Amino acid sequence: MRKAFFALVLIALVALAISPAAAQGNVLVMARAADTTGLDPHTQTAFASFRLLELIYEPLVSLDADLNVIPALAESWNFADDGMTLSFTLRQGVKFHNGADFTSADVAATFARILDEATGAAARANYLNIASIDTPDDYTVVFNLSAPDVPLLAALATTNAAMVDSADIESGAVATVANGTGPFVLENWTPEETTTLSANADWWGDGPNIDGIEIRIIPDEASILAALRAGTIDFALLNDPLVATLLIGDANVQLNRVPAISYHVLQLRAAVEPLDKLEVRQAISCAIDRQEVLDTASLGEGIVTGPLTMAAFALPTDELFCYEKDLDKARELMAAAGMSDGFTLKVIAANAEPPTALSEAQSIQAQLAEIGITVEIESLELSVYVDRWLAGDFEAAVALNGGRPDPYTMYARYWQSSGNLNNVAGYIDETLDDLMARGRTETDPEARYEIFAELQHHLTEMAPWVWLYTGYEYTAQLPAVQGFVPYPTDSLIGLAHVTLSR
Amino acid sequence: MFRYLTQRAIAFVPTLIGVSILIFFAIRLVPGDAIVAMLGTEAGMLTQTQRESLEVYFGLDKPPVEQYFSWMGGVVTGNLGLSVRHGQPVLNLILSRFPVTLELAVMALAIALLIGLPIGILSAIRHNSAIDLFGRLLALVGLATPNFLLGSLIIVVLSVVFKILPNSGDFTPLHVDPGKNLSQLIFPAFTLGFSFSASVMRTTRSAMLEVLGQDYIRTARGKGLASGVIVRRHALRNALIPVITIIGVELGYLLGGAVIIEEIFSLPGIGRLVYNAISQRDYALVQGVALFIAFNFVVINLITDLLYAAADPRISYGQHA
Repeated sequence: MRKAFFALVLIALVALAISPAAAQGNVLVMARAADTTGLDPHTQTAFASFRLLELIYEPLVSLDADLNVIPALAESWNFADDGMTLSFTLRQGVKFHNGADFTSADVAATFARILDEATGAAARANYLNIASIDTPDDYTVVFNLSAPDVPLLAALATTNAAMVDSADIESGAVATVANGTGPFVLENWTPEETTTLSANADWWGDGPNIDGIEIRIIPDEASILAALRAGTIDFALLNDPLVATLLIGDANVQLNRVPAISYHVLQLRAAVEPLDKLEVRQAISCAIDRQEVLDTASLGEGIVTGPLTMAAFALPTDELFCYEKDLDKARELMAAAGMSDGFTLKVIAANAEPPTALSEAQSIQAQLAEIGITVEIESLELSVYVDRWLAGDFEAAVALNGGRPDPYTMYARYWQSSGNLNNVAGYIDETLDDLMARGRTETDPEARYEIFAELQHHLTEMAPWVWLYTGYEYTAQLPAVQGFVPYPTDSLIGLAHVTLSR
Repeated sequence: MFRYLTQRAIAFVPTLIGVSILIFFAIRLVPGDAIVAMLGTEAGMLTQTQRESLEVYFGLDKPPVEQYFSWMGGVVTGNLGLSVRHGQPVLNLILSRFPVTLELAVMALAIALLIGLPIGILSAIRHNSAIDLFGRLLALVGLATPNFLLGSLIIVVLSVVFKILPNSGDFTPLHVDPGKNLSQLIFPAFTLGFSFSASVMRTTRSAMLEVLGQDYIRTARGKGLASGVIVRRHALRNALIPVITIIGVELGYLLGGAVIIEEIFSLPGIGRLVYNAISQRDYALVQGVALFIAFNFVVINLITDLLYAAADPRISYGQHA
């Protein structure tokens, strides 16, 4: 028995000695906690899926690191004056990974697939104004719209509208082949374990400068951190601020932070008593110190935000209603609503998504106690939370909602009486409907900015929701990885341009 | 013996049917379905037609009882159904993950026995000595330390102090690279085996103490037998029954996958498979794995019973006693 024990120890030592200590070669080794849930770019909605698929597939237009629309598979575009047609000139010489040429026929087939309800395409609702698509030649595409739709252009800049080969659509193979035009080619995918990508030598862009990427799934973020420190991986995606911030000051690992466009928010349902009283909602907004929520829940990792989070439309928060905590005003408002004695507010929070939800709810609970509101927190498993959220079955909810580069696309679902999720938002008025309708058709950028500035003032004043803060998107890398540009959308497309110097 | 085995095998059937019914309806009682689990809040953007086509795809369009019988119909013929999230047959997924879990469980068991048995025996023989004290202390630490803490500590020490981390998401099967495979499994196996060894140690110690106080041991001593022979042939063998019992139970749990240890050491085992399946509401996969785990349990119970007979000839399953 003793012999067996020593044999085991010996085996372990030998094994350790021969196991490679660090990643090698010109292949980037990357780790993240969650895997893609599928390969069909049109039906995926999980962030984890986009992080893989955006390396393989490309849309007609994409976004730069400041969220401006830039050319991708389309070299240029033009809105006709009445805003009723949008035409694209396609990039020539682009090939799919299987060698087929990318032409206007693929664009038409792709949108036919997205608009077909049976596909279950995630972004379909954003493209309903596309009445028909003309393809006068191989490299020109004309979208005929049923109504002026300026946000359409930015709405096309998503992996959910990525171009796929018309032959794959015909054979029904889109979900399995991963045949895109992007900088990397899928070689192998073992779900929940590893994904292997090789560089696409024929890519039209400048890159890739590495031979490929090996993506490993390490479910525990603390273990990802350990792997970075041990040098067994080069690059990592991190979500949990409590884990990511452990890297601050680490000389051997570089932490990249960019403010996210997704936002943490306390959703109040104005459809429920006593939240139907404007004064009560305003009192809640005035009683909450947003910076304190951010400090308590996320160690200050983020910035306080108004309704719009993208740099081009965000307003300075001191312009917005009650962004300075004002307890006197809050108490006055409560008194005006006849609620001086306070009331009990039930808040739902998911237990892991975002990881900070419960701490946010607790900070809000403590702060609202100061104006007599007793907050009862219901901590729910994510799917249960989503079920109740979708059904509008809650009084208030702590939520992390996704942002979009365009303000109209970001809020069309919530702040229009026709929005799919207006019932979840729980509030609507004519001003909102009017502002959103104008934001959709206005083509002049300055006028559009004004419309959405007004929208933000109106939303914070009506206080259907209390916008709290945006966090950071985190990536971490060894110094050997150079030239990575992080995106506010957390996009990894910057990997197409990195170099490795070991 | 053959008759006994047949009887036991037949008794499996109602157990497994019971488990299948329980798990089938339990997973459906949990709120949220596969569509919400996949799309999250985006599920609210689906049109009625989109939702219906997804329901057909996920097999949610039929009444549960009908779903159950069509599932069981498949199970009887060896078809555990299709995992909608992986797009693969459930059986293939289980069989691809099971070797990892089995290897981990066997290594953890070996480590537990290597630590627990000798210390347990020594503790009993040298009752109340320094060795006994050390052994009891070790057992206390082993039982009191949560294995996620021990696992995380091991990872931190390895990566920060030694700058090595065998488990960085690139799991290598035994037949591909045995050295690398063992280096990846030794630490999680130790983590699991350490707390397991504590219960082995304590059970061995108390069983040995009881046996050593029996008359026949005194008789053996009186006959002048060497104390080594007494311990090995007379005491240990009789003390093994409770130890075998606890090994059986622990092994059953280990074969069900060690979810937390698999997560922090990023091992693609059964535990992670079922954990993800539950959060994704992948019904067929959850059902398949649960049934598989239940099957393991009944088989291990049977083996445990057979081992009793091997350890103690007074126990026999040959005839009705």
